[in-house]
Amino acid sequence: MNIDPHKCVACGNCLPICPMGAIHVDPASSRATIDEDECVECFACFRGMSKEHLNPVMVRTIRAIAKFFRFRFDPEPDICPTDAIVPQELAWPRIVRRAFSDPQVPHESTGIHGRGTAEVKTNDVTNRVKNGEAGFVIEFGRPGVGARFRDIQQVTQALAELKVEFEKNNPVASLMSDSSRGLIREDILNEKILSAIVEIKARLEEVPGVLRKLRELSQESETVVSVGVSTRCDADGHDPLREILKREGYPTYRGKTNLGLGRVTRISPHPSLSPVGGEDKREGA
Amino acid sequence: MTNTLHRYSEHYAFERARNPKPVQDDYIVFAMASRGLNDDNLIEKYRTFLRLALKYNPVNIGDATKGGIFRPRQDMNPAAHWRRDQRPDPEQVIAGIEGHTTVAAVFGSYEAMMRFVEDVKAADLGISINISAPMDSARRCCQDTGIVPHSVEYSLGFRGSLDKLPEATILELSTMCGHGMVSANFAKKMVEWVKENRRSPDEAARYMARFCICGVFNISRAGRIIRDACHLKL
Repeated sequence: MNIDPHKCVACGNCLPICPMGAIHVDPASSRATIDEDECVECFACFRGMSKEHLNPVMVRTIRAIAKFFRFRFDPEPDICPTDAIVPQELAWPRIVRRAFSDPQVPHESTGIHGRGTAEVKTNDVTNRVKNGEAGFVIEFGRPGVGARFRDIQQVTQALAELKVEFEKNNPVASLMSDSSRGLIREDILNEKILSAIVEIKARLEEVPGVLRKLRELSQESETVVSVGVSTRCDADGHDPLREILKREGYPTYRGKTNLGLGRVTRISPHPSLSPVGGEDKREGA
Repeated sequence: MTNTLHRYSEHYAFERARNPKPVQDDYIVFAMASRGLNDDNLIEKYRTFLRLALKYNPVNIGDATKGGIFRPRQDMNPAAHWRRDQRPDPEQVIAGIEGHTTVAAVFGSYEAMMRFVEDVKAADLGISINISAPMDSARRCCQDTGIVPHSVEYSLGFRGSLDKLPEATILELSTMCGHGMVSANFAKKMVEWVKENRRSPDEAARYMARFCICGVFNISRAGRIIRDACHLKL
């Protein structure tokens, strides 16, 4: 992302908008400037701010007069008055930043939409997580801290040693050079992203072991790690996971419940999209 | 993506609170189809879902590819600094659905959420419907509506470099956009502005909601959190 110095009036509105805190007003030029290494190309500034299209010279003059008299103008805090934020053409490997940070674009680098898969949100139709299994979604960088792929690789390497199954349609997995060792492509290891999700599956009885390992690994992590665990309910709607998590001392207050109201409604679904083991590659709520 | 899974509350405090207050104003129901399996007549299914939600006064509705009831505008007029159109636009959300996406409705009370789920069950849309809320409420809703849940996913909270996270109030606000589009610094600025009486809590909540591009930011809960943080009464 760039800020056009000819248009920027240094109003400072975009500074707190940036989830990475990568924007500052350069005192030398009196223009907002983006730290390219910290910017994750999430487009929150470009897309999230409303825009006026005012003449920059006029706005600077008004601001200079107000500043001289120490007047404080109280503008709307989410507006860029001169439409000064300009996206740049992204090349490899920087393009992976946007793919993992801007929720509105498909993964241009991987061909997969979103930061993860549909997990158990469509499990009633896809049967991705089966009886007796647990699905883990391990997210790095959330909330608002960001992560570099080298931070993620530390964990994927350790998980690979546990012989867990990486979800193959997950964007991070698709960027692995050797999934059996949890290695991520070397040319993207320094790229910073807003967050990325690693998805693995294990048997229910393996849940305590995986959680202990994750707890241990996150203590050494340079970023924040958030973990979600899912499973199927039995015929009465009870799930065996809750007890396991409580026993292990994890909070179970909040979560998602798939109500089981989905079903295959297409008369002849495409053969490659069979409900058992089929997959939907979109992200969602 | 686990966009609504990790909404922060006292229950996930890093030093576990003794008696955390239950969250009673944040219930999300969302719908999602699977490509090639139940995405026939999809736009109509999603529109029906959101229209049913409108009967129960949701605090936000959204389409994950376009946004919620408050959106940024590309054509602002300088008069907006004094007279900004603050009306929510749910019809824009419904009309804007173009195909595969996730649609969500956010409710401020259990009753509204439960009655909506009842309607969605009766509508038999055939797409996957999920509740993202305190698990006890979701279980209760299933019992009240005669639904046997299919799968569950638990949030286990945050670990790792927790010193990089902001204070609890700010986390409560910023994690209401799981994609991270509502920055902690902006949430902090909004709380400060309310403290300085430069904006009302509801105005501050609306500013933040415009950055959440799937419309799951709970505007009324945000207003309540800011009011609490600033010791203001409704």
